[in-house]
Amino acid sequence: MTLWVPVLVACAGSYLIKLAGLSLPSSVLADPRVQRVTSLLPVAMLSALVCVQLVDGGGGRYALDWRVLTGVAAGVVALLLRRGFLVVFVVAVVVTALLRLLVPAVG
Amino acid sequence: MPPSPQRAAIIRSAIGIGIYAAAFGATFGALAVAAGLGRGQAQALSLALFSGASQLAFAGVVGGGGSAWTALGPTLLLALRNGFYGVTLAPVLQSRGARRLVTAHLVIDETTAMATAQTARREQRMAFWWTGLVLFACWNAGTFVGALVGSAIDTDALGLDAAGPSVFLALVWPAFRRVRARWVALAGAAIAVALVPLVPSGVPVIAAAAAAVVGGLLPQRGSPSPPPEGEVA
Repeated sequence: MTLWVPVLVACAGSYLIKLAGLSLPSSVLADPRVQRVTSLLPVAMLSALVCVQLVDGGGGRYALDWRVLTGVAAGVVALLLRRGFLVVFVVAVVVTALLRLLVPAVG
Repeated sequence: MPPSPQRAAIIRSAIGIGIYAAAFGATFGALAVAAGLGRGQAQALSLALFSGASQLAFAGVVGGGGSAWTALGPTLLLALRNGFYGVTLAPVLQSRGARRLVTAHLVIDETTAMATAQTARREQRMAFWWTGLVLFACWNAGTFVGALVGSAIDTDALGLDAAGPSVFLALVWPAFRRVRARWVALAGAAIAVALVPLVPSGVPVIAAAAAAVVGGLLPQRGSPSPPPEGEVA
């Protein structure tokens, strides 16, 4: 199958992007302004990722699934109660799965 | 290295991420095979591309009848944020030469979040490597099983679509202690959500980096600005 060629190109591209970020010269990274920005990059991008995952319906459309939102909200409650990462993950997944099981027709 | 509660917590979290990655890897494996990729190709993507959202996009475009070449656009756009993460992680990991070639492969959402959630350098590195290696193993094992079983698993019924957002939220949560980080998070999220209908997928999350640039370059005030919401107890 010729699919192999684009598969391998995608792999190489992804790897080179990762390597490029790590390979920035340390003189650039020593600048305190750059350090302040890079320390905030994961916060900005991961927060954005969370929200995009919750609202992106694919094909440039918004789509909200109230069961997922409720599940993640339950996870936030666990976070506010200072529970660890595993508890948050399990709570969010179990609440979402239970809502899907119990209220299959709605939403 | 002496064991400590913090190290144990890092390992526990890494294993938790591994469980989630195995489930997601299985989802990807099943979707990839359903999209017309071979089992070997699905596995090659998990081994060598190793970036969940990119892989799902690739399978999605191919499965939707698009040419695999047109899949490269969304796939690489989604991979672009790993480049930004690399810039953040470079001073933490300080990897040189051949070691950097291995390190680079593991620079993804989860490893970045886990590493930056720690405060001391040693814990940051430990979190990066534990998360990266456990996730790599679980993601690939999951892909293998998923590609074998095919679409027999319904991951939505298992609530696993809530896993991604809750995992990333939990990982970024400790950073919200900084008032500026909260504003940057809010701004980044707002930018990304607003852009969802306007730009190809992958771009909204990259655009959120602008919030970090502005937040990092604005002068630090003498007294901290009031938090956007009530202080978490």
